[in-house]
Order: sequence, then structure tokens, then C-alpha cells
Amino acid sequence: MVEVKHVTKRYGGVIVVDDVSLSITKGAITSFIGPNGAGKSTLLSMISRLISKDAGEVLIEGKEIGSCKSNELARKISVLKQSNHISVRLTVKELVSFGRFPYSQGKLTPEDRAFVDEAIAYMDLQEMQDKYIDQLSGGQRQRAYIAMVMAQDTEYILLDEPLNNLDMKHSVQIMKVLRRLVEEKGKTIVLVIHDINFASCYSDYIVALKNGRVASSGTVDEIIDTAVLRDVYDMDIPIETIGGRKIGVYF
Amino acid sequence: MKTKLTILSLSAVALIVLFMTYHVMGNWDYVLPSRGRKLAAILITGAVIAVSTVVFQSITNNRILTPSILGLDSLYMLIQTFGVYALGSSNMTFMNKNVNFLFSACIMVLFSGVLYKLMFRREGQNIYFLLLVGLIMGTMFQSASSFMEVLIDPNEFLILQGKMFASFNNVSSDLLILSTVVLALTTLYFMRFVKYLDVISLGKDEAINLGINYDYVVKRLLVIVSIYVSISTALVGPITFLGLLVANVGHQLFRTYKHAYLIPGTILLSIIALVGGQFLVERVFGFTTTVSVIINFAGGVYFVYLLLKENKSW
Amino acid sequence: MKLKYLSLLLIVFSFISLFIGVKDISPLDLFSLTESQIQTLLVSRIPRLAALIIAGVSMSIAGLIMQQLSRNKFVSPTTAGTMDSAKFGILVSLMLFTGATPMQKLLVAFVFALLGTFIFMRILDRIKFKDSIFIPLVGLMFGNIVGSITTFFAYKNDLVQNISSWMLGDFSTIIKGQYELIYISIPLVILAYVFANKFTVAGMGEDFSVNLGMNYKAVVNVGLVIVALISSVVILTVGTIPFLGLVVPNIVTLYIGDNLKKNLAHTAILGAVFLLFCDILGRLIIYPYEISISLTVGVIGSGLFIYLLMRRKAN
Repeated sequence: MVEVKHVTKRYGGVIVVDDVSLSITKGAITSFIGPNGAGKSTLLSMISRLISKDAGEVLIEGKEIGSCKSNELARKISVLKQSNHISVRLTVKELVSFGRFPYSQGKLTPEDRAFVDEAIAYMDLQEMQDKYIDQLSGGQRQRAYIAMVMAQDTEYILLDEPLNNLDMKHSVQIMKVLRRLVEEKGKTIVLVIHDINFASCYSDYIVALKNGRVASSGTVDEIIDTAVLRDVYDMDIPIETIGGRKIGVYF
Repeated sequence: MKTKLTILSLSAVALIVLFMTYHVMGNWDYVLPSRGRKLAAILITGAVIAVSTVVFQSITNNRILTPSILGLDSLYMLIQTFGVYALGSSNMTFMNKNVNFLFSACIMVLFSGVLYKLMFRREGQNIYFLLLVGLIMGTMFQSASSFMEVLIDPNEFLILQGKMFASFNNVSSDLLILSTVVLALTTLYFMRFVKYLDVISLGKDEAINLGINYDYVVKRLLVIVSIYVSISTALVGPITFLGLLVANVGHQLFRTYKHAYLIPGTILLSIIALVGGQFLVERVFGFTTTVSVIINFAGGVYFVYLLLKENKSW
Repeated sequence: MKLKYLSLLLIVFSFISLFIGVKDISPLDLFSLTESQIQTLLVSRIPRLAALIIAGVSMSIAGLIMQQLSRNKFVSPTTAGTMDSAKFGILVSLMLFTGATPMQKLLVAFVFALLGTFIFMRILDRIKFKDSIFIPLVGLMFGNIVGSITTFFAYKNDLVQNISSWMLGDFSTIIKGQYELIYISIPLVILAYVFANKFTVAGMGEDFSVNLGMNYKAVVNVGLVIVALISSVVILTVGTIPFLGLVVPNIVTLYIGDNLKKNLAHTAILGAVFLLFCDILGRLIIYPYEISISLTVGVIGSGLFIYLLMRRKAN
């Protein structure tokens, strides 16, 4: 389990994340939603140790992340940021192979190769595995990065706006894969996501943030609710149930 | 990839043989040791500059930067200028070369240490910020040097001018041994971090995600880089754009992120450039110019070309 | 700070500047000047003061224009290769015409400075990663490279020390009959004032300015010509004054914000005050000798620059 306790982050004098506590359930998808500037990405980055926190602690299986060895942590938790700007020229397969670095330190064993091949197959990337990353379309590239995180074979996977700049088809494709990862492989996934309907249809739990604080959190049914969302977004969002799914009509 | 490395090695060896044996005219006893010393100095500085630039570019994720912009070259010139200004050139020449070498190298390492300390004190500092501060300090050192340069007597200035440009002609054997020892120790330490270089070149977030203690590793790599640069500068003088030239040619030639190929390839390129350059200076230009001036010129022109070419790598 | 106080400061510093020097002239002598005192004033002190004020004003304005055009607070003639290109030009003029006249030097230096700045602006266009810190880094690198090309030719022609003297900003050599070139800057500064608003619009980008019906290229070119000409004139008469065009406009922005029309006057006067201050300091520290202006401005300016950078990071 990942537990976040009283975590705070300031930039200059501005408090971006303000005394946030929450816990993330294993084997489920948890989505962070909230308006721009709510502190979603900052919180995710702190949980994944990409940035340091000014106060509070983040515990992974009871151990504070700051006290874990960096390499061991990389076998437990992986993170993918929204701006994947890699300046190096890599093929898909080479990128995915980097996911095995925490285990092999660069020298791939047959076992590592098996993981890499499996991740490529899982993300349906076999045909383009020798293509360079910069030759891929947005959706393909995002899948390649997720394949790398898969090869890393961590229990926890943190994704910062994985649907950014993707069209509907590719967004749905990515979300379905994430769902499969949870159901077939028992992974725990945390997402930052903008569209409440994607959050509603594919996640198990939702944490709504506002002004650096947790506005409310709970199951999808609890959060996708006109009254709760009014608090978060300051607008009225009627909720319709279509095909058993709760859809917010915010237009 | 391997073939390219082999070709490069063969060309390097061929050039070295040519350099050592050209026009000896039976004076083997005199020529061999003197050229041997030159060659040793070239091999050491060439290798060191190549490695430090490749590592530096991987850390900064940027192909148009070189460790020379940390301000070390200008600092070296300031030390030398101050020496000539305050002690006079005759004292400077009499002053033990080893002392000068050690003193300059220590000051440079110290300076970069202080710079890193100040810059990394606050968390999350942008590395470009560090470089810019280094470069500004460099400009300041330059102002100070040029102030003294103008005050120096023109005859003494000639001595100083000799130091402004890297030269392999007057490197003593003691210095060679001394710097080899220091460099060997540094390289031994560097070996511990080599395996991280591929991952670090992916960028900070990716490297942390893949379990690298990023700040720790990068700080150590930067210290190693500045030791390398300080030693090579103190040994032969500044060759600002050699690293930039060979690291970029290396990337173009090998088109890979794998440092296992990049580093040896760039070292070979650097040796070829220096031995070839030295050969040209001696045989074609008849010593009217220096290798570093030629290489800085070529490197500079190549760099402007790189900047103007549409490029994704920076 | 009110413009009034700034102007007062300028007058005070100018006054001090007139009365410092080896030749003793005190303000009390003003009404009973001896022949030689009048000579000193006319030949050396007043020209020096004029050169200081004009250089301070014009370099700061040049910096401000570049910052407007590039939309980057840290671009200036020092951090965009303009200075180094001008220096290269001087070298070329020395190689082309033995005993080049000041006018010939100026012309060649101007062409090179313009070309260098133009190349830098082209590079800016190509760079996708427009980090505000990265841009000056590239500019300074570019300057170093032009510098190394200069060195290549200087070394071959035994002009290294000669070039070094151009590197050095020095007002102590300013005497009547040898500095008048600097007056060329005055009409340029006036021109900058006329074009001020257009530069701001041009800084918003080509699409933006074309949308507003402005001839983008022409305005940018006018700006670059002004900057290149000012830099060449100053480098020829005084030498390099590092960071002046960078620090002064930034300080003005700190206390009155980003309105170009309003900033111009402040930038101009503060530039003169800052340069006068550094000059007076340089003349007093090791009196009766002098520390060159590029050293005092270099040290104070780079300190201020780093402070400005730190401040920016803190926000």
C-alpha cells in the first residue's frame, strides 16, 4: 500500500500541495482529478520521488521513500511524466529494454529479454519494435513508454496525464490496457487525468483535488456526483447513467 | 559499429606511426623521446577532453555544450596572466613547472567545487543555471586578465601568449607522469558510474524512475569532469572547442546512445584530430600557428554550422 | 525611484567625474581657472564625461532593444555575440587596410556586428528549447566561438595583444580629437525612442505583428542595425563594457515593470549613472592609477547579473 501523510510542497511562497493525506488501494486504478493548478501532478511527482517534499511523508509498504535505496524503489514503483522529451535517438525495443535497468544495470539477461518481449507484445508493438521513437505517432509513442514501464515490472505504476494529446481511439486503447494490467497482472495504477468521464469509466477510486488540498475522495460512485463535483470544479455537472456508466454532462 | 571503431583505431595508429617516424633522418635517439613526450601529452589530453565532453553532454542532455564553459579556461588564463603580471615572465619561467601545474589544477578544481556547492545548495536547480553562472564568472575572469594583459610589457606578453594556446611542445616527463597518476585514479573512480551514463542521457525524470540516485551520481560526474578538464588544461593549456567538435562528430558517426561505443569512438576521433593537427602544424604550417588555434577555429565553424542546421537534439 | 532623483544623481556624478584626476582641479577653482586647468578640462575631463554618458546611455538602450526583440531578459550585446563579432570586424579591418582609419574600422566592425547579431537571431529561431537561461548560454557560447575565430587570425598576424586592447574598456585614453565617433550614437538613441513601441510589438513574434499590420522584418532589422552600430561605436572608442546592456534594463524592470516607453528614459539615465559610478570607483580605488572600466563593470555587472538570475529562480 502507498500511504501519503501530511505532504506539503511550496514553490517560492506559494503552497501548491497543502497537507495532503491519502492512501492508495492495491490492485486498483486510482485517478487524481481536479481543476488546473490543483496540485495533481505535483502530488504525483512527490509520491514518485521525482521532486522532493517540503513536509510530510510518503510510505510504500510502510517504508518512507526517502529512506529506500533508489534502485530498490525502482523495482517497486515506476512513473511516467506527461512530457516525455527524450533527446536521445532510440528504437522502441531499446526504450523498453531500459525498463530492465533496475534489475540488470544495463546488461540484459535472458530473463530480462523475456520481460522486454512480453511487454512489447502486450502493448501490441511487435511490428514497430525496431522503429525509432521519433518516427512514431503520439499514440504509438505513449504505448512504447507504457511498455517500458511494464518491463520495469513494478507493483505500482504512476502516470501523469497519459491521455494528453491523444485522440479518442488511442485514449480508449490506453485506458483499456491499463485496466487489463490491473485485472490480469494485479498492478496498482495511479493516474492524473483531466476528463472526469475517463476517470469515471475506467478507475476504481477517485481523489479530487482543489487548491492543493483533497476536496473529496472515494469510489467512483461517491465522487461522480453533481454535488461533490460542484465543490471541486465550481460548476454544475449533471450526471447521467448510460449503459451502467456514470457520465458527467459538463457541456 | 564495431567496424567503425576498428577503422578509427587503424587510422589513429597509422597517424601516430607517421607522426613518430616522419623525416627522422637517423636521429632516432633525439627524435623518439621528444616526439614520444609530445605524443603522450596528446594521447592524455585527447582522451580526457573527449570523455569529459561526452559525459558532460549526457548529463546536460545537450549536444551544444562543453565543460569548457564552466569558466575553467578563463580561470586558467587569469592564473597565468596574474603570474606573469605579478612575478614577471622570467620568474614565471624559473618557477617550477610542476608547482605551476599543481597550483593551477588545484585552483580550478577548487573553483568548480565551490561553484557546484553554491549552485546545488538549493534543490531543483536547473543545470543550465549552473553553466550560465560559470560562463559569467568566465567573462569576469576574462575582463580581469585583459586588464592585466594590457599592462604587461609586450615582450613578456609573448611568453603569456604561448600559454594562451594549448601546446604539446614543452611538456616535461615529470608532469606527464604526475598527471597520468591523477587521471588514472580519477578514471578508476569514474568507472563506478559508467554504467549509469546511458540512463542519465534519457533525462532526469527517466533516470530517477529507473532507480538512479540522480543528484548523487550527477554531482560526482560533474566533479570528475572538472578534474579532467583542470588537469588537461593545466598540462597543455586551453583547447576550448576540441571536445565540442569530436563529441558531435562522434554522435554523427555512431548514431547511438550507447556510451560503450560513444566514449571509445570519441577518444579515437580526438586523438586523430590532435595528432593530425599537430602534424599539420609542424610540417605544413611550419609552426606558424598552434594546434589549439586550428582546432578552435575548425570546432567553432562546425559549431555555428550545427546551430544553424535544423536540429532536434537540443 | 523617481526619474527626478535619478537625474539628480546623474548631475552629481558628472560633477564628481569632472574633478577627479591627477591634475588637481577643485570645484572652487571653477571661477578662477588657470590656463592649464582649462586645457585639462577641455581636452580630457569633458570629453571623458561625454563619452561615459553617451556610452552608458546607448549601451543600455541597445540591451533593452535586444531584450524586447528576443523576448528574453538575458539577451544583450555581450550575450548575443554582437560584441565579439564587432571585435572580429576590427581585426579584419586591421588586416585589410594597414593603418585603417577610424571610419574604415567602424564600417567593417559594424558590418560584422550586424552579421553576428543576425546569425544569433537566426539561431534563436531554430532553437526549440526556449528556456530563458538557455538562450544567453547559447549566445555566450556563440560569442566565444566568434572570439576563437578572431584569435585564429590574430595569432597568424601577431595581433593578439592588439586585440586584447580592444577587449578592454578604458576611458582614460579618451581625449579630444579621438573620441568624437561616439557622437554617432546620439541619433541612434533618438531613433530607438521613435521605434520603441514597434519593438515591443515585434517582440511578440512575427505572426502577432503581421496580424497587427506591421512590417515585422523591417522593424527587427532597424533594431538590429541600431544595436550593431551602437556596439561597434562603443567598442571602437571605449572598448568592451561587459554586461552593461544586460544589467541596467533588468534593474529598471525590477522597479518599474515592463513598459518600454516608460522604461527607455529610466534605462538611459540609469545606464549613464551606473557607468559613471563604475568609472569613478575605478579612478579612486588605486589613485593615482586607474582600474579599467571593463574590470569594474565586469565585476559589479556579473555580480548583479547572477543576483538577477537567482531572483528569477526564486520566483
